[in-house]
Amino acid sequence: MRDIHTSAIVDAVKKLCIDANLDLEPDMLRAFDRALTTERSPAGRHVLQTLKQNAEMARTQRIPYCQDTGFVVCFVELGQDVHITGDALDAAINEGVRQGYTEGYLRASIVRSPFDRVNTGDNTPAVIHVDVVPGATLKLMLMAKGGGCENRSKYRMLTPAEGTPGVKDWILDCVSTAGPDACPPLILGVGVGGTFEKAALLSKKALFRELGSPNPEPAIDALERELLARANRLGIGPQGYGGDTTAFGIHILTYPCHITSLPVAVTIECHAHRHKEVTL
Amino acid sequence: MSVTTGADGTKEVAPPLSDADVESLKAGDRVRITGVLYTARDAAHGRLLPLIERGESLPIDVRGQIIYYTGPSPARPGMIVGSIGPTTASRMDKYVPALLRLGLKATIGKGYRGQAVKDALRQHKGVYFGAIGGAGAVLSQFVKKLSVVAYDDLGTEAIRRLEVENFPAVVVNDCHGGDLYTDGMKAYAREDT
Repeated sequence: MRDIHTSAIVDAVKKLCIDANLDLEPDMLRAFDRALTTERSPAGRHVLQTLKQNAEMARTQRIPYCQDTGFVVCFVELGQDVHITGDALDAAINEGVRQGYTEGYLRASIVRSPFDRVNTGDNTPAVIHVDVVPGATLKLMLMAKGGGCENRSKYRMLTPAEGTPGVKDWILDCVSTAGPDACPPLILGVGVGGTFEKAALLSKKALFRELGSPNPEPAIDALERELLARANRLGIGPQGYGGDTTAFGIHILTYPCHITSLPVAVTIECHAHRHKEVTL
Repeated sequence: MSVTTGADGTKEVAPPLSDADVESLKAGDRVRITGVLYTARDAAHGRLLPLIERGESLPIDVRGQIIYYTGPSPARPGMIVGSIGPTTASRMDKYVPALLRLGLKATIGKGYRGQAVKDALRQHKGVYFGAIGGAGAVLSQFVKKLSVVAYDDLGTEAIRRLEVENFPAVVVNDCHGGDLYTDGMKAYAREDT
């Protein structure tokens, strides 16, 4: 059994929130460069170049990459040999968010109730998912999830008869309907299988895989590549101004499902894909 | 004229705008805006609409003006503003016809507009500009002055008056029915998707 005090979790979450919004991960920067080698549209190239410049300005001048500094979604992998001391885990994560967003000059974008819509003022609370895993470490995977793209995320229950072709067509339909609203080039997190909520959860978690890395399952990797190529033939392009780079990546996670079911959830992520992780 | 064409072909836009100014803008035109923009998004529009419906005056005179759909991040000490890119415009679709009837000439945002907005742009001579979504750090450098003019309690959603210089945007929907998203997609879509 290993003790981890929640003060370490507060500090880690605070740093992840600030870093995520100011320092885009290298996988995103590489995606801009890769796209610039293939993008034919002058307007699309201009957008990609501006986004590269934007990432550079965010890093050097400490201005958030996007004014929507996101809803904090935090996946926690808690080793079963860890004993958390101090405060409650959720409270510690939220305190980290509060400090990160306040001290980092990040925008408060959360309202306390979907009905009365009063801003909480410090971007709390986070959305927290905890998995208990073997080991004696605590891994925090944090995403600052933008609202514009999240609003274009979708769920559909297909029939087994619709099968893989149905899944493919529907995922591409999600790209088309998201279009310029969701700030393309997009990244799609896709959850296929499980139940209603399991598919949605997988679709979020899928976004944490390094962009450009292959899916460890060869058959799913082939499916991802086919879908990405098809998405980039839609013509939507960067910001929807027309072009070849509509999506940077499509990441799929699967789970077994019921004989009657074929659930598919798609989380739409924008080019401001702000994700960071740390292991304590 | 408040719309002129610069040496590089980019159109220089300086509000207030007239019907003729709006008519000279075509979908796909790159523009640089210099002058005043008013920021407003969901919550501020939610307060403006009842005032319009009751025939009361608004906290800003929208005639000839441009509304920028954005909620900036807080400014660091010594800076004018934080990150300030556009938000999804379609959430404000329901408010657009009423504001155009009052003389608003343009909005800046990102993403599709509904048919009712496109119709209203034709009827009232209005234009919808796109700014690059998620480029909030870059766009902040074009903001030279900022003040809150209404609804301070809304925080990031308050109505702010910005003075901008050479703020870059593109005409997405013009008053002639032109649509950059449709044209752009058609030009680059490839068969066998």
